[in-house]
Amino acid sequence: MDETELVARVAALLEAHPAASTERLDFLHARYDAGLAWVHFPEGLGGLGLPRGMQPIVEKAFHAAGAPDNDPRKIGIGLGMAAPTILAFGTEEQKQRYLRPLWCGEEVWCQLFSEPGAGSDLAGLSTRAVLDGDTWIVNGQKVWTSSAHIADRAILIVRTDPDQPKHAGLSYFLLDMHDPGVEVRPLRQITGEAEFNEVFLTDARIADADRLGAVGEGWKVANATLSNERVAIGGGAFPREFGMVMNVAKTWRERPELRTAETHERLLRGWIDTEVARITATRLRQKMAAGVPGPEGSAMKLSFARINQQLSGLEVDLLGDDGLRYESWEMKRPTRVDFFGKDAGYRYLRAKGNSIEGGTSEVLRNVVSERVLGLPTEHRVDKDVPWKDLPR
Amino acid sequence: MSLTAPADVSLLADDVETDLRASVRKVLDRHAPTDRVNALYDGTDDVSAPLWSAFVELGLPGLLVPESLGGAGASAVEAAAVLEELGRAAAPSPYLTSSVVATTLLAALGDTTILPSLASGEHTAALLVRPTARHHGPAALTTVGLPADVLLLPEGDALYAVRGATSTRLSSLDMTRPLGEVDLSGAERTLVSDDAAAAIDRALLTGAGLLAAEQVGVARWALETTIGYLKERRQFGRVVGGFQALKHRLADLYAEVEQADAAARYAAATLATDDADAPIAVAVAAAFCGEVAVHAVEEAVQLHGGLGMTWEHPAHLHLKRAKADALLLGSSEAHRAALAVLVDLPAPGA
Repeated sequence: MDETELVARVAALLEAHPAASTERLDFLHARYDAGLAWVHFPEGLGGLGLPRGMQPIVEKAFHAAGAPDNDPRKIGIGLGMAAPTILAFGTEEQKQRYLRPLWCGEEVWCQLFSEPGAGSDLAGLSTRAVLDGDTWIVNGQKVWTSSAHIADRAILIVRTDPDQPKHAGLSYFLLDMHDPGVEVRPLRQITGEAEFNEVFLTDARIADADRLGAVGEGWKVANATLSNERVAIGGGAFPREFGMVMNVAKTWRERPELRTAETHERLLRGWIDTEVARITATRLRQKMAAGVPGPEGSAMKLSFARINQQLSGLEVDLLGDDGLRYESWEMKRPTRVDFFGKDAGYRYLRAKGNSIEGGTSEVLRNVVSERVLGLPTEHRVDKDVPWKDLPR
Repeated sequence: MSLTAPADVSLLADDVETDLRASVRKVLDRHAPTDRVNALYDGTDDVSAPLWSAFVELGLPGLLVPESLGGAGASAVEAAAVLEELGRAAAPSPYLTSSVVATTLLAALGDTTILPSLASGEHTAALLVRPTARHHGPAALTTVGLPADVLLLPEGDALYAVRGATSTRLSSLDMTRPLGEVDLSGAERTLVSDDAAAAIDRALLTGAGLLAAEQVGVARWALETTIGYLKERRQFGRVVGGFQALKHRLADLYAEVEQADAAARYAAATLATDDADAPIAVAVAAAFCGEVAVHAVEEAVQLHGGLGMTWEHPAHLHLKRAKADALLLGSSEAHRAALAVLVDLPAPGA
């Protein structure tokens, strides 16, 4: 299918379901069933088996027609992490059951991976699942879970065999967040908000049919999720002067009285770093479209974290007196990710998480130096020891 | 003021570029080995002439000359590939000064008399400006790219071609790109154009944009050589490249070099297509890549330990080239100042 045919397909859908007079959910269902949800997914699962690079054509056409969207900022974890993992490892039944309500936003997803005792060392996690008949009984605690307070379902990694070395004893599940064994508590951050949650699992029950991948293969499945997360963080399409530099540049243009030689140099360096990141991301996308793997992906997230932190710090400095204002410390529980909203102080504080979430910058430097540059791996004492015998 | 939209250009190498790069690298491996480049610092030049002959054989001097004047009619993207290889080898060549800056200038002015001899490599030319010049300005008597048979002398808005001037090679920080002092007395001059200011600026812009590709070549050499060394070098009973303090430095350096590569490619692509975004693209690439090249070679010197301080190891050739390149055709600071104007982020009081 070429671009013209794809545009025609969008037009046909809009004719059958006019954006203005169709209920939002009906429209999204129709869009999914026409294969125009995510065109790179297979037919019958919201896609048409087309190259991923053709998706913007569809988005542009629906946007131009004023069609409702699926509120991607609210369901980002489902779209970016759960969906590709279910597509790659799910049974036909699982794909049919979960992908449509996921894409349409009827079921919000969250990700239950990190634990208080397992951050960078995720494979060392200790939440346990024990099989009882055809139901798994889960006990443990997860943390840093965005959207858990609004989520209907979760992707979950747990330990099913403590006698195996840590990577080998894990399994991956799709959990019903409404199960009585699931308790969600807000986790307040340095911004004052509780964007994330702690999730306590006490005899939570999961049918064996909701296991994704084989028992003991959880690490492999989780890695697919994590690589999708890094692509989602580092591989978007960006306009010029995007992200954190936008607010600083705006302030600079509107308030000449704040300008100093030092802030000018910092601003120009930040502007250049942002532009160079934009060009690098563009090249990465061109490489992926041409089927050439681009190892820059893991390095992109390192750069974004640094740029965001430097520019958000600059913004507070530049604003001076006004940089000391802070809108509100009230503990809100946002439903959408917002790195750039609110005021300079909020952006400064929130950006501190950019070098921690989705893989710390330190772990990413290990990844780049070992997997891209081929330098020796870190010495590991825990690789071949049964998980239950590891010192904790 | 609204910002120029970024150009939609390919940032991937095509087959032509890949083949060209391989041919240039082969020639450089053969004609510019470290010991011969090193000898430049001791006053012996056994490398420039044979290397230039090999460049002429490949038709490189004429890449940017129109086909009607005996050139290849290629674009800035191909010239960037040549420069990246020159940077990797830290080799001496009048390629940037003659085949890029002077050639772009003469082509923009519609010259048909000098260009054919530059395309064939029979003559080389150099624009008589201060080495650090970003803009058309008064001619300086110190310039880069000497010796050159034809000097292009700006005077006001006019440009003259000067032949028969005497030039003295200076002892300079980077002996792989000669600096010279020029004596114009007794030289004959002919008018090339009486309205050359814009063309000079454009030629210097092209030079700065493609110099970024050379800086990427220098940086890539430093990164790859250092990684190679740290995979071999053993201390404390282990390969030192396994120490996390070094791994993390190299991961950061890798990210810098990849980004510099993308920025330089974007600059070359906008120059090649004469895109309206070229001035921003060049200012960004020049400001970014100059600093990355210096940082990369400084890291290479440090991470090679004592070896990096020796005359025998080529790191010093790249360090001197990177440091001089960082000033050539405008420092990073000068390019940031230019960018400030282009993207409406004016300096305090401006």
